Amino acid sequence: MPFNLLKYGLSSEYPAEVDLPPPTELKSSYDVVIIGGGGHGLAIAYYLAKYHGITNVAVLEKSYLGGGNTARNTAVIRSNYLTSEGVRFYIESVRLFQELSNEFDFNIMYSERGQLTLAHTDATVRAFRQRAEVNKHFGGRTEMIDRQQIRELVPTLNLDPGHIPVLAGLWHIDGATARHDAVAWGYAKQAAKRGVEIHQLTEVQDLVIENGRITAVKTNRGTVKCGCAVQAIAGASSLMLKKAGIRAPIHTYPLQAMVTQPFKPFLDPLVSSSALHCYVQQTSRGEIVFGGGSDPYPLYNTRSTLDLKESLLAHAIEMFPFMANARLMRQWAGITDMTPDYSPIMGLSPVKNYYLDAGWGTWGFKSTPICGKTMAELVASGGRVPELIKPFALERFSTFQQVNEMGATAASH
Amino acid sequence: MKIMNCPLNGPRNISEFTYGGEFKVMPDPATCSDAEWADYVFNSDNEAGVVREWWMHNASSYWFLAERHTVTDQIIRTFDAKEVFNQRVEFKAHEEGVA
Repeated sequence: MPFNLLKYGLSSEYPAEVDLPPPTELKSSYDVVIIGGGGHGLAIAYYLAKYHGITNVAVLEKSYLGGGNTARNTAVIRSNYLTSEGVRFYIESVRLFQELSNEFDFNIMYSERGQLTLAHTDATVRAFRQRAEVNKHFGGRTEMIDRQQIRELVPTLNLDPGHIPVLAGLWHIDGATARHDAVAWGYAKQAAKRGVEIHQLTEVQDLVIENGRITAVKTNRGTVKCGCAVQAIAGASSLMLKKAGIRAPIHTYPLQAMVTQPFKPFLDPLVSSSALHCYVQQTSRGEIVFGGGSDPYPLYNTRSTLDLKESLLAHAIEMFPFMANARLMRQWAGITDMTPDYSPIMGLSPVKNYYLDAGWGTWGFKSTPICGKTMAELVASGGRVPELIKPFALERFSTFQQVNEMGATAASH
Repeated sequence: MKIMNCPLNGPRNISEFTYGGEFKVMPDPATCSDAEWADYVFNSDNEAGVVREWWMHNASSYWFLAERHTVTDQIIRTFDAKEVFNQRVEFKAHEEGVA
């Protein structure tokens, strides 16, 4: 970037750059078909091309790039989970995120502000101590802080909301945010540059499976043969799994979020409270983003409900009372594929050359880079599962080896 | 607020109810395989369309069944579990397992 700035800053012409080549006809066959052109699918394509030299790859997206849940999350990046398996995985993701803008030569607006989670009960304080130690053990930066330190970090925060005063905080210095669209675009651009084909408005409608192997996918633009396929369609994982004849423990819920009018900068860290089921952050534009837990019952619909907004905002105002007069500008919902243990489902499936990148509940965006990297490794090796994602295999549910991240996930994305 | 019709208490705000999971038939734990049991405990149909599921009215702790469309968010029908369970279900522990 600095070199280009110097070079073109001094010249009178700046070359027009093509981000994505114009759409072509689908080929009759690809080595790898990736179903879903969100952050994950595009990241898998990028790392396949970059590290494994596999470029006969098609990313098939039914709508437009990054238009599903890549565009519908609240863009929180953090690694302060609870289990060793989880923390190892998310820490690696944060490391990749930190380098992404340089790697793409494209600004993903990575902003490391730290994430503060509030404890309102003794039990939460104990759980936080464990999370801080696990995080440190694997090289993350997390510590416990007291009320005075919280006050210094976030002077506008009400430390005594109603009946549940804040006792302590889990201060995760690596916590960050980034522009989610830019992450998808960056991966798309770099993957396309290396020869990967990206087809938008191409919906995979059925899978052709013969003798336990996938041989082709049927799309609205015709049938395409494939050497192997990966599904990366958060929010609709179960529907594609059904086409592959695979049963999985996924329940699909909407998660509603919203933003206010812009304010002057007052809130640097991302702040969340699991007791109040609420997380709050200020964007670089000054808007305040509010998010909470998933809806109370499963649904494949991004509709809005007033009751969820009322309860979520009541809690947000307890944390930041002055925001009672703020006006909401936008609201939206993402679709979360929740798993019983709040960890993803990644790796092999009962169909030999059909790989899963599913079960992304409220932890999908923050995993984008590491998921792309590990899934690419899995695909390139023809099914050798990388150590980092071994614990997330679908079969953990039939061997009763779950990776419980519920406490470190619910309403603190 | 969305209204749900409780078969016992009549139409109520949906915030008075708790979702209780998909309706599925429990295999006999004494005779089924581990895989069948794991499938029953964890796996889910997660249909996009009309589903049959358990709900509870919180104030009266009354469990009933509902048919709901998971794409349009419409509650099609709610009904008493008697419609499905017309004979007694025994939950007695398996004899050998009892100390």
